Amino acid sequence: MTSIDQDAAAATDPIDAREGGLKGALREFWFYFRENTGAVAGLWVFLFIVALALLADIVAPHGPTEQYRDALLTPPVWQEGGEWRFLLGTDAVGRDMLSRLIHGARFSLFVGCIVVSLSLAVGVTIGLVSGFLGGAIDTVVMRMMDVILAFPSLLLALTLVAILGPSLTNAMIAIAIVQQPHYVRLTRAAVLGEKGKDYVTAARVAGVGPARLMFRTILPNCAAPLIVQAALSFSTAILDAAALGFLGLGAQPPTPEWGTMLAEAREFILRAWWVVTFPGLAILITVLAINLMGDGLRDALDPKLKRS
Amino acid sequence: MFVFFLRRLGLLIPTFIGVTIASFGFIRLLPGDPVLLMAGERGLTPERHAELLKQFGFDRPLYEQYFDYLIGLFQGDLGQSLVTKKPVISEFLTLFPATFELSLCAIVFAMALGLPAGVIAAVRRGSAFDHTLMGTALVGYSMPIFWWGLLLIILFSGILQWTPVSGRISLLYFFEPVTGFMLIDSLLSGQKGAFASALSHLILPTIVLGTIPLAVIARQTRSAMLEVLSEDYVRTARAKGLSPIRVIGLHAFRNALIPVITTIGLQVGVLLAGAILTETIFSWPGVGKWLVDSISRRDYPAVQGGLLMVALIIMVVNLIVDLLYGLINPRIRHAKL
Repeated sequence: MTSIDQDAAAATDPIDAREGGLKGALREFWFYFRENTGAVAGLWVFLFIVALALLADIVAPHGPTEQYRDALLTPPVWQEGGEWRFLLGTDAVGRDMLSRLIHGARFSLFVGCIVVSLSLAVGVTIGLVSGFLGGAIDTVVMRMMDVILAFPSLLLALTLVAILGPSLTNAMIAIAIVQQPHYVRLTRAAVLGEKGKDYVTAARVAGVGPARLMFRTILPNCAAPLIVQAALSFSTAILDAAALGFLGLGAQPPTPEWGTMLAEAREFILRAWWVVTFPGLAILITVLAINLMGDGLRDALDPKLKRS
Repeated sequence: MFVFFLRRLGLLIPTFIGVTIASFGFIRLLPGDPVLLMAGERGLTPERHAELLKQFGFDRPLYEQYFDYLIGLFQGDLGQSLVTKKPVISEFLTLFPATFELSLCAIVFAMALGLPAGVIAAVRRGSAFDHTLMGTALVGYSMPIFWWGLLLIILFSGILQWTPVSGRISLLYFFEPVTGFMLIDSLLSGQKGAFASALSHLILPTIVLGTIPLAVIARQTRSAMLEVLSEDYVRTARAKGLSPIRVIGLHAFRNALIPVITTIGLQVGVLLAGAILTETIFSWPGVGKWLVDSISRRDYPAVQGGLLMVALIIMVVNLIVDLLYGLINPRIRHAKL
């Protein structure tokens, strides 16, 4: 419901963002985003994780699947029996935890990017067409989205993976399918709000075709809620992919994906706390950073809050 | 109110049909036909294969099969599990009370902490309590609950040895289920220590499953309260000289409850999805663990039936929430849909 409010609010001043062009819009956005210390902190942490993921091959002290047979379940360096070679200890087959975590960042961010781009592209297109055309197509599409939303997302993703077969790629496809109804609904609501406005009519009278009308005229004015939703679904995608990995239906071992690492570590839970603690902590920190950013984005992009 | 009820029910029909088509279509999306799936690894001769296809009606047009499926549904027939050979519906109904008990405890836990915390945070907006609570809520909201469960096991079952690691009750106690709720059944059994055992098994799963709803409810209650507290009627109530407790509890909180109830209703889906992970971690014999096991055992009729039942439960709960909403707020009841 709040998202619809946001749509309506975002729709009230479509010219606002255009005044100074893209640069001006970005400057204005940063001005409001900066106010939120949590969001800025989240942004820095997120950038740090992105840097780690990009530089994983250089930063990580060991290879992610490299095994040290002489160092099985070595505790972290600050604990008795820890070694400086393995700062966060090793797992049950002698792989360096830190290196695996750093490489794992790649998978999680990759999952987030792919899922968001897929569900955003598909969801926005369906939402635009559905809202723009209206009528029977709109009704059918929205009922289909209702059906997808009637299932708990994780359960539906699980089932889809069961059909497609367990792998990281299929997990991403499943999560994207489960998430796109949110984009469809948001876009459609925004389009319905914009469709009747004068600038759309003016463009139509000027002879703009339907495709250009949808994607060039209307879509940019629906962007704010979609950006916020993208941030939120980025973190949900990471969580869901980790959950699928944990249940054995996502990335398969020996992939250093955080959820899969947790699944492998489960049997050592009472013997070696570090193999369980660190992968989960990595998930939590990443998701938290993105959610903090998402809150900041929402505040910065919501004109209703700006004015007050 | 009755008209409102009928209208809401009418809106559910397309979704219901869609959900049944989805669960009907699911098994047909799998590679290979259903008979081959049932035969599994053993394989079949082509003659036997054709015979079985005919016997189960898989050779008939899809729409006929779908109508048969629907008729079966209304008679409570969800097919048969490939593994246990028992009807899926009876498996589901045996396991559901465990999930229901856990979910109920989790939502009660979440409400008991989340509602007061949200109200206090709103009333003391900007205070240290407010900041701490909102920070904690965001952490809870971002929590991978399967990891959270493992952490709690390490702390409470491993280091402190306060709580058991898995199951619903210690193996020392045995009694026939009466209600299916372990807490009630253990009391009814009259065995000494049974209730305490059931309770100690329930605590960690409840916390794990309740964490995300708790965070969501606390955040939602806070923002709803903030909105209501700035309303004119609250200022009027204050100006009349009513005590702060009365203003907050009676005037503000009751009106803030409307969006909060919607949020709580929406948590049902979160709970059932969370139950999948929570039950897997704590070996809780409920529907969530059964679904995961069924998927890994390739017991497709069980997955199909379970999927449908879960969707139906969520639809019914959403309907109840909508009706409650209409009951509380006449504007919604009389609005044109």
